[in-house]
Amino acid sequence: MPTQANKLLPYTIIGDGIPVSLTGSPGDAARGRALVLARTTTCILCHSGPFPETRFQGDLAPDLTGTGNRWSVSQLRLRLVDASRFNPDTIMPSYYRNDGLVRVGRNFAGKPILSAAEIEDIVAFLATLRD
Amino acid sequence: MISWRAIAAATLLAAAAPVLLAGEIPPDARRSGYAFMGADTRAMQDDDTSNPGMLFVLDGEALWAKKIGSADKACADCHGDAQSSMKGVAARYPAFDKALGRPVTLDQRIILCRANHQQATPLPYESRDLLALSAFIAHQSRGTPITAGDDPQAKPFVEQGRVLYMQRAGQLNLACTNCHDDNFDKRLAGAPITQAQPTGYPLYRLEWQTLGSLERRLRSCMSGVRAQAYDYGSPELVALELYLMSRAHGLPMETPAVRP
Ligand code: HEC
Ligand code: HEC
Repeated sequence: MPTQANKLLPYTIIGDGIPVSLTGSPGDAARGRALVLARTTTCILCHSGPFPETRFQGDLAPDLTGTGNRWSVSQLRLRLVDASRFNPDTIMPSYYRNDGLVRVGRNFAGKPILSAAEIEDIVAFLATLRD
Repeated sequence: MISWRAIAAATLLAAAAPVLLAGEIPPDARRSGYAFMGADTRAMQDDDTSNPGMLFVLDGEALWAKKIGSADKACADCHGDAQSSMKGVAARYPAFDKALGRPVTLDQRIILCRANHQQATPLPYESRDLLALSAFIAHQSRGTPITAGDDPQAKPFVEQGRVLYMQRAGQLNLACTNCHDDNFDKRLAGAPITQAQPTGYPLYRLEWQTLGSLERRLRSCMSGVRAQAYDYGSPELVALELYLMSRAHGLPMETPAVRP
């Protein structure tokens, strides 16, 4: 059977953010931390942060330390869903998008990079990153 | 504030220098992946007795002289001593083939010679014998400056490669240029990103534990951004390879290089 495009949950952008949880419930910050550190999630390919346990961090993007001071939960949610809303030329992928992409690999076609629940977990974790 | 004078000076400079498209690395700033490696890996490449790629070169030298196929001919029967006949050849590949009307890679040239002149069984891409032969041939160009893509007939294919290089692709939506023009010298998950100069192929990658072609490398960058990689020998990969070689114009060949 051909890969079926996964349906994305609907969300509403208000101002520069998405104020309401994609899943309707709050994420889990501990799970979010583990996700940010997992290579397959791809965040630390580009970002570094307060993660003393790993040497393998990127420097293509800002350090995530203090993210929770700089951005609201609503802004962080939109940043993960579609960072190009903040900067149309950004290299940061849109994590909750499944169309308008070129030559997506067979195993990934029609799917967002992260699920709505994973995004909520990561948002919950990023909000805890305060200096 | 930017003065009118500064703008005029910048315009004059731009007019005098060779035309560079947005994001392109100027000739004097081009650096091989060698320049990004640690001292140990450099030493391994520099010393032929410790460079694992040299084993493939030696295998290739033996294959060069071996009669095969229903024509019962060796490469050497047509081309003679590779040290002179193959000197500088790899630095010009991919090269435009008039009969086919398109550029062919060095691997494709070897495959074509086997089929047409030796009438032997085809060598699959990435097979040990094909890598050995291409390593042996490209080794004869070690130190030769790259000139591939200079042929006017190759230009449309160089341009096709450039377009592909600039195009975002895959689930991560990244283009080659995003990493290799805009972010070389930075680190992706702790590993240095280079300028993607194709100077050393086929080369020995410690991560692969073997020799591999430029196409293998490009396919793994494509899988890295979760794109559907182009097939070996496809027009898209050949065009990308040609663009990369023309972008490396003037850099010396290093085959067989070693990379982490
Ligand atoms: C391919 C590179 C790349 C990847 C992968 C990536 N980002 Fe980013 N990110 C960036 C860049 C570059 C910026 C800077 C602003 C911009 O260009 O959008 C950024 C900005 C941010 C910011 C705002 C930082 C600040 O303080 O200004 C946050 C938060 C963030 N990213 C979180 C994440 C998370 C979480 C992930 C993984 C789910 C991730 N990023 C994956 C490249 C990346
Ligand atoms: C997300 C970042 C990223 C993207 C996008 C990317 N690459 Fe790479 N590439 C790398 C990394 C990391 C390496 C391994 C370190 C190195 O050699 O630069 C690499 C290696 C290479 C090399 C080997 C250089 C050498 O010295 O042997 C070439 C050539 C190359 N890439 C070409 C490409 C092309 C062509 C594309 C697009 C189809 C591409 N890359 C897309 C990150 C990327």
